[in-house]
Amino acid sequence: MKPILVLTHADESGSALTKASLEAVTAGKDLAQQLSAPLVIGVIAVHAVAAASALAATEARILSVTGEAFAQARYASDAAACEALCRAADSALVLAPGSSRFARIAAGVAHRLGGVIDTHITALGGSSTVEATRWFYRQRVEGVFHREASPWFLLLEPGTQTAFTGTPGTVQVESVAVELPAPRTYVTGVRAASQGQQTIRPDAKLLLVAGAGWTKKQPDGQVHATEAGQLILGFLGNSGASLGSSKSLVDQGGEGQPVLPFLTHMNQIGQTGSTPRHAKGLSTCCHGEEPHVVGWRFIGDRRAISLDPNCGWTRGKADVVYIADAFQVIAKVNELLSVNKP
Amino acid sequence: MSTTYQIVVCAGIVPDPLQSLEPVTGPNGPGLKNEMVLPAVLDPWAASALYEAAHLAAKLPGSKLWLVSLGPKAKLQQVMMTIAQKVAFELVPIDGPIGGFTDAHATAAALADAIAALPGLDRTRLLLFGGWESASRGAGITLQLVGERLGITDQFQGVDQIDVREDGSFEVLERVEGGKHQVSTCAGAPAVLGWATGCLAEPRNNPQVGMANMRTLMPALQKAKPATLAANGLQYVDVHLPSQQRTTRVERDMTPEDIARELVAWIGAE
Repeated sequence: MKPILVLTHADESGSALTKASLEAVTAGKDLAQQLSAPLVIGVIAVHAVAAASALAATEARILSVTGEAFAQARYASDAAACEALCRAADSALVLAPGSSRFARIAAGVAHRLGGVIDTHITALGGSSTVEATRWFYRQRVEGVFHREASPWFLLLEPGTQTAFTGTPGTVQVESVAVELPAPRTYVTGVRAASQGQQTIRPDAKLLLVAGAGWTKKQPDGQVHATEAGQLILGFLGNSGASLGSSKSLVDQGGEGQPVLPFLTHMNQIGQTGSTPRHAKGLSTCCHGEEPHVVGWRFIGDRRAISLDPNCGWTRGKADVVYIADAFQVIAKVNELLSVNKP
Repeated sequence: MSTTYQIVVCAGIVPDPLQSLEPVTGPNGPGLKNEMVLPAVLDPWAASALYEAAHLAAKLPGSKLWLVSLGPKAKLQQVMMTIAQKVAFELVPIDGPIGGFTDAHATAAALADAIAALPGLDRTRLLLFGGWESASRGAGITLQLVGERLGITDQFQGVDQIDVREDGSFEVLERVEGGKHQVSTCAGAPAVLGWATGCLAEPRNNPQVGMANMRTLMPALQKAKPATLAANGLQYVDVHLPSQQRTTRVERDMTPEDIARELVAWIGAE
């Protein structure tokens, strides 16, 4: 049987694998055991031997593409690296993390190898054949499927697997040569989407979702956008939460309405935004229409604060709904959290 | 600025996000119940790509903009009636099936063939735009595959901004993890840009733009080439709606202080 290949890449240090890569390793190990297939792990890193040390306990064959050219996440070099690793491994099934780095190139690599690809895979199952699960229509319909074609590339959704942990050690790493085209693209840096406090924290346990109600007229007939911003930032600072937003609130900036200056489209969740994975979520000033609910698909424990007792959240989508003024509640929450803050 | 581009935007059409969707399985595999009568819109990310392309073409006189879209002719006509009011483009329709359950490789092949056949296309000036994902299949691979088929090896996904320089090179901002943008410079066309939200608001309807588009839009629709999409070995085992329904506790009479205390305890609990 042909081996299962897991493609991985290093983080910005160049010498440690990303968490999403280690999640893919877990999936690859499980699948190799299930199908009684050999496991090969491909590593792309500036310092591949150091990065591969975390894989010692996998007992897999380790291939690597290494060098300064692969410090940058760009299409031409990353696609060439992955293509070389795939050809060296000669695998019919390739797993990889759905990171921005691999999501940019994996389809191109699959095409070069005459293969097929599916992405955003949330689970792998099946007995004699591999069955993959993913969501369609922006997390509104779930499907299970398999492919006859090979090589079959599967990009695993980060956060859906347990990251591989094993005792680090020295491993034998086979270096794979890559012929790179003359570079036309250079990565010059990474920039925060908004100035000031970083409000998107993928590893946070809690997601705070701010809806358009924060910038609407309050009971005194006035808009209190500045106060809303202070309350939200205070909550983020005190709780360590990540911030999501409804599309309507983000869009207000382009429509000349009061805005929360720290919000960008990257905070947007839902039908046309992201669908983050956090253990808990607190929705504020946000109604519960279907496009919003999509953004909450992978939030475990959900609570909401809404002035509308008939809000969509009352229809079985949240665990608890508080019918209350979010300005008052969040102010009190901030008081309590700031007192209890270590 | 003397740089001019030939910008091709690949854009799919999807069900209006406010519609309820129900999957059904037919003889050709899974689909949506009443799919042909569901109101449709241009895919939101592809729409961002179209507006950014039109903005760029307007800034660089001499540039040209095509919109390549695959879908049933009737659906395309319905959606284009709205989109045509917003920005000027030349439509290249492909008459074929849509939906989230079709295979992206087959879609990409049909799009790449249509683009390669565009009369007067100068590939050295080609910027291939589209959404980085879609609101139907949402795989985020179609544009990459089209780019590979056209031999373009400078590709960017999750793009929110492009700044073209005097020499034709450009700086591009791509979304990466943690709410950040990766900043890259590219020597210039040809390149693939899969757009996220971009920086532009939806353009207002402009009747003059609509009239100009209509002159070419209807004849193009009538001449739309048919395409059949192969499954490429894709077999569905099961397609279903999520069944999760929560028992919601609705608290109508708690004071803000009590709610705050409960929330703080909840936030701190493991």
